[in-house]
Amino acid sequence: MATIASAPPYAASATTLNEESGFMGWLTTVDHKKIGQLYLYTALMFFLVGGIEASIMRYQLMKPNMHAVSAEMFNQLFTMHGTTMVFLVIMPLSAAFFNFLIPLQIGARDVAFPRLNAFSYWVYLLGGLFITAPIFFKTAPNGGWFGYAPLTTGQFSPGPNIDFWVVGIQILGVASLAAGFNFITTIINMRAPGMTLMRMPVFTWMSFVVQFLVVLAFPVITIALVFLLFDRIFGTNFYNIQASADPLLWQHLFWVFGHPEVYILILPAFGLVSEVLPAHSGKPLFGYPVVVYSGIVIGFLGFGVWAHHMFAVGMGPIADAVFSMTTMLIAIPTGVKIFNWIFTMWGGNLRFNTAMLFAIALVGEFTIGGISGIMHSSPPSDLQQTDTYFIVAHFHYVLYGGAILGIFAGIYHYFPKIFGHMMDEKLGKWHFWINLIGLNLTFFPMHFAGLLGMSRRIYTYDSGQGFDSFNMMSSIGTAILLVGAIIFAYNFITSRKNGAVAPANPWDAGTLEWSIPSPPPEYNFAEIPTVTSRYPLWDLQHPERTGEIPHSGPEAGKIAEAHSVPVHVESETRTARQLGIPMPIPTLKPFFAALLMSVMISGFLVHKDVSEKLGLVLLIGGGIAFAATMLSWLFSPLEPEH
Amino acid sequence: MTSDHGHDAAAGGHAQGHAEHHGPTTKTYLVVAAVLTLITAVEVYVYYTPFRHSPAFVPTLLVMSALKFFTVVGFYMHLKYDHKLFRTLFGGPFLIAIGTIIALIFLFSRPRA
Amino acid sequence: MSHYTTTGLEHRKIGFWTFIGSECMLFGSLIATYLIYKGKSLVGPLPHEAWTDPATGHVYKAILNIPVTSMSAFSLLMSSVAMVLAYEAVKHKGDGTRSGIWASSKLWLWATIALGTTFLGFQSFEFTSFVREGLTMRRNLFGSTFFTLTGFHGAHVTVGVLWLISMLSIDYKRGLTPKDAPTLDICALYWHFVDVVWIAIFTLVYLIQ
Repeated sequence: MATIASAPPYAASATTLNEESGFMGWLTTVDHKKIGQLYLYTALMFFLVGGIEASIMRYQLMKPNMHAVSAEMFNQLFTMHGTTMVFLVIMPLSAAFFNFLIPLQIGARDVAFPRLNAFSYWVYLLGGLFITAPIFFKTAPNGGWFGYAPLTTGQFSPGPNIDFWVVGIQILGVASLAAGFNFITTIINMRAPGMTLMRMPVFTWMSFVVQFLVVLAFPVITIALVFLLFDRIFGTNFYNIQASADPLLWQHLFWVFGHPEVYILILPAFGLVSEVLPAHSGKPLFGYPVVVYSGIVIGFLGFGVWAHHMFAVGMGPIADAVFSMTTMLIAIPTGVKIFNWIFTMWGGNLRFNTAMLFAIALVGEFTIGGISGIMHSSPPSDLQQTDTYFIVAHFHYVLYGGAILGIFAGIYHYFPKIFGHMMDEKLGKWHFWINLIGLNLTFFPMHFAGLLGMSRRIYTYDSGQGFDSFNMMSSIGTAILLVGAIIFAYNFITSRKNGAVAPANPWDAGTLEWSIPSPPPEYNFAEIPTVTSRYPLWDLQHPERTGEIPHSGPEAGKIAEAHSVPVHVESETRTARQLGIPMPIPTLKPFFAALLMSVMISGFLVHKDVSEKLGLVLLIGGGIAFAATMLSWLFSPLEPEH
Repeated sequence: MTSDHGHDAAAGGHAQGHAEHHGPTTKTYLVVAAVLTLITAVEVYVYYTPFRHSPAFVPTLLVMSALKFFTVVGFYMHLKYDHKLFRTLFGGPFLIAIGTIIALIFLFSRPRA
Repeated sequence: MSHYTTTGLEHRKIGFWTFIGSECMLFGSLIATYLIYKGKSLVGPLPHEAWTDPATGHVYKAILNIPVTSMSAFSLLMSSVAMVLAYEAVKHKGDGTRSGIWASSKLWLWATIALGTTFLGFQSFEFTSFVREGLTMRRNLFGSTFFTLTGFHGAHVTVGVLWLISMLSIDYKRGLTPKDAPTLDICALYWHFVDVVWIAIFTLVYLIQ
């Protein structure tokens, strides 16, 4: 049970007869760890795209009256920047961690539906390419990331731009929903013996809450998009004001989805930080149950605050008061988490490496965004701030200062587990400090520009309104962020192969995923352990850390069953085949199902913008081919017969 | 792996036997069908009576509809007899959906200037 | 599958109940929109009252046909009874507790499919007659919301019928056995859910004015 000094040679033995290698290996994989890596690579690529879009905008806004891009192009850039960062970067980066970590943290060999998992990824990739490609042809969506109708109806946006957005988001929704059902089932039903809900690592807990938000919020945007699609293609009246439609219908439906979506973006980062801080403080998370319950409360309340995005439309005093109060309420469980993280560090033996620095930075930066959020939970003050750069500053502090910093903390922390090599700490620290300076220089001045009256989404501005220097600062900050991104990319790419070899538990962390080799073998756990604690590895190696936690400590009576395996550090180097562990068969079917489904849905766009006949062919032909692929998928076994 | 299957079948058999003691029988299902038919008949009947203009008409219909809804969910979808996990997985989202519908109707019922 | 599960329950069933929870929000959004736009249409035909076109003087009757829809709602309701009996027949096949028609999974699957198809027949009759009377998706807010809501439901019923047909064809090919009960259970959950959605729609759209 000694810690392993160097990683066993998995790279060589990982490929079995069961598994394709190379390109086909990736295309046919149903292994949650490989799918997690695919999400990671793809989302980082889209991060680059979204970052370049932001940089072009910041260049355009650097000085008054610039014309680096056209006004129309600017509309496309801010629409795609928002859409990309929300749907193609933060959500999938979180999904990368859901995929990689959830089965490892709960002691499972894969997710509940491995092929559905692959399907989710391919749908995400295809939907992402579908929605991103048009910007290269100057026909990208241009209605803002929340696509307010009636602006986005055929009457005011006749071109194909919005069709790409509607159809693309619809495709991406399928990926998120399928993943949501999958992870809920996985967490409920695949926990190792003894892994009770109150022993689950906090990342898994936050992911669990997020999946419920996904499966309940996405149907609403699906319906709102169906209405918009029908209005645009079939001439229905959902958003047609001349037919007495209500101009607020889209706004309400969108934000019923949109606010839970905010928590979908931030809670996984909270979960990651709740793993990183205890590991590098050498202390259990302070107030674990409170962190868990506050996450659940945030999830529930998240469905009751949506109209605070709409204070400016005149909903009347009752609605304004109710949504203002629920919004102030939701700040409580969020603030509670901040204190939990601070007290986790209090008196701990802090290790200031890159992952820890990013996690600490999240606590501070997210708080800035949280406080400006409380400021516009009050309708009178929101009326001053709405649709100004103050709001832009707010949500970038929440999403960059919160979600992205948390995800960077997660990447530095889990890189050794994912790739079996350590990331370079020196470059990591450069990345961190440059990132921290760039982030604050970019987004903090936006508060002032906003309060001075600068509208968000504005194409350019005249000098003499007091915006000039703030905009210059923001643009310089963006350039600094780009430098940080380059350092990160270099570190990420080179460390994958050349970083120091990672042991099973390089951070001396306490949760189950660190009990298996880095990178984990295809089957994860050679023997599924029986869990008796929140920090089972610390019970073994640092009993002084866990002595006082309830739900912990060896329960002598329960683990004494003959066949149960206590938690131990595994050093198994054999393949699944040698160990007789059945693994799912790699298959192309999820990829084809995703492809055909995307072709089918894109038939709507082709029907409207290219050719009605061809569109029908795609819809019907794609539908039949999709159904046939699904049937053949459902009737083929997951694992080899044994 | 044969032993695994055997074990599983035994566990499944036990669970089924368990359900058999408390679960519905064919007779229960047919009684439920009769009740559903009756409620539907009453629903359509009151639609054609002067009761239709009474202020109690809408609440009465909503109650009858809810009764049918939960009868089908409870008996035919076995939620009354099944693992409580399924009740949670259905009940939570159902309540959020109802709450959202009510909130939206309230928000749109105010005349705006 | 013979894998260990934490709760002892099937993955598929847990995943499917989650899906049904998600569907509650899907139909919830459709129903909420229908109710929000109720009575807001500028032109007829209208669901519960006659409307005279001021330009042409043409009188559009109240368009909803309660007797026909009552029959279709009843056939969908009874299909749920047939579905649960089909499930029972499969679950207890060979254990001697069911005999005669109660043991025939094929009979009850056929009945479920027939009743579901009857519902779809009524719906296509309803849709075509509405279009003939001048109500289309583009005509007014009622047309847009009505056709989308009931159309979404009809699409769900169609998927359910296809699913049932595939179960029935398995029954003919190799016979459904108690081992298939969990698979049929999921199909049945879907079918009953589609039924309860119609219970709500029938009251909210058709009976309440």
